[in-house]
Amino acid sequence: MKEFRNQILTTAAALLVFSGVGAALLSGTFKITRPAIEQSERSAKMKLVAQTLPAGGFDNDPVKDARPLPADALLGLKFPGQAYLASRHGAAVAVVLEAAAPDGYSGEIRFLVGILPDGRVSGVRVTGHRETPGLGDYIEIGKSPWIRNFDGKSLSNPQPLYWKVRKDGGQFDYMAGATITPRAMVKAVRKALEYFAAHRDELLAPPAPGPAGPSPETTP
Amino acid sequence: MSPEAREIIANGLWKQNPGIVQLLGLCPLLAISSNVVNALSLGLATTLVMAVASGAVAVVRGYIPHAARIPLFVLIIAALVTVVELLMHAYVLALYVVLGVFLPLITTNCIVLARVEAFASKRSTLHSVLDAVMMGLGLTLVLVVLGAMREIAGKGTLLSGLDLAFGPVAKDWVIHVIPNYQGLLLAILPPGAFIGLGLLIAARNWVMDIQARRANAGGPLGQTV
Repeated sequence: MKEFRNQILTTAAALLVFSGVGAALLSGTFKITRPAIEQSERSAKMKLVAQTLPAGGFDNDPVKDARPLPADALLGLKFPGQAYLASRHGAAVAVVLEAAAPDGYSGEIRFLVGILPDGRVSGVRVTGHRETPGLGDYIEIGKSPWIRNFDGKSLSNPQPLYWKVRKDGGQFDYMAGATITPRAMVKAVRKALEYFAAHRDELLAPPAPGPAGPSPETTP
Repeated sequence: MSPEAREIIANGLWKQNPGIVQLLGLCPLLAISSNVVNALSLGLATTLVMAVASGAVAVVRGYIPHAARIPLFVLIIAALVTVVELLMHAYVLALYVVLGVFLPLITTNCIVLARVEAFASKRSTLHSVLDAVMMGLGLTLVLVVLGAMREIAGKGTLLSGLDLAFGPVAKDWVIHVIPNYQGLLLAILPPGAFIGLGLLIAARNWVMDIQARRANAGGPLGQTV
C-alpha cells in the first residue's frame, strides 16, 4: 500500500515538475521572441495594407492614420481591430478594414479588405489562416490569384443573392476539394461591406488632427 | 561507424521506413504531398522536431515515471514544437512563411511520439538523435517521391511554389516536365495520395520479394528476410 502511494506521488511530482518547466520554457521563449514577431507582423501588415489599395492613389501613411474598429459581429472580429484610412490631398480615397471569417475550415481566417468611398472593393488580402496547406490555402495571394475575384465587387455587384460560391448558385469561383474556405471568405467580405455601408461616414472622416500627424494642407 | 549506428541508419531509411513500412504519420503524408516543395518542407520540419524531441526525452529519460510517460512525452513534444515555431517566426521569417502552417501539425504526428516511446526513452542520447534524424529523413524521402509523383501527374510540373521561399526569382525555377499539360485533378486530391502511397508500398515489397528470392536461390539454407 505504501509503495503504491509512493508511486502515485512520484508520478504526480514528475507531471508537476515537467509541466512547470514546460510552461516556463514557453513563456520565456514567448517573451524573448515577442518584439521580433510583432515587428515582422507589422511590416508584413503594412505591405498588405498597401496591396489592398489602388496603386499610387494615396499620399498618406494609412497605418499612421488608423482608427480603432470595434469587435463588431459583421466584421467577425473577436478583438477590436483597426481601420486604415488612405487619403489623397486630404480627401479620403479608400479605407482598409481588418476583418475575419470565423467559419473557415480550421478556425478563423483574418483578412484586410480595402473599400472605395462608392462601396466597391479595391482589394482583399488574407493576413492569417490555418486552412489545409495545399488545399484551402489558395486564398493567399502568394499561392493563387483567386483573392482578386473580389476586386471591384460591391453589395450591388453581384446582387446579394449571388454573393456565394458557384456551387451554392453564386458568382464566385472556387477550387474543387476546398469549398468551405472560399464560402467563408465570400460571406465575410460581404458582411464587411455591409459594415462599411452602415458606418460609411465615420470610417471615411478625416483623422482627428493631432500634433503628430501633418495637416492636409502641409502634405505635398 | 559502429554497427549499431549503421543499423539505426538502415532502419530509418529503408527497413523500418516510417512512411512505407511503419505507415505512421499518414495524415500529413496525404495532406501535404501534393507537390515537391511542400513535401520537402514538411519532411525537414518533421526531422528537426523529431531530433529535438528525441534528444530531449533521451536526456531526461531517467526521471520519467513509467505510468505517466505518454502524457509527459506529449508535453515535451508539444512544448518543443511551440518553441521551434516561435523561434522560427522571430528569427528566420522566410523559412517560417513556408513551414509555419505545418509546424503545429507535427505535434499530432504519431511518428514523433512513436520514436520517442520506442527508442529515445530507452537508448543513449546520441543514438536517439541519430535515430530521429534517420527516421525523419526516411519520411522526407517518401514524402518527396510521393510529392514528385503527384505533382508530375497532377500538374505536369516540378518544384512549383519555390518562389514562396526564395522570392519571385524562383518562379523561373519551376520545371515543366510535360509542356501544355491539362492536369489530372485526381493526383492532387487526397485519393491521389492514397494511390501514390499504395504504388510506393507495392514497389518496396516487390524489391524485398526479389531480394528474398535471390537469398533463397543462393543456398539451400537461405532464408527469407
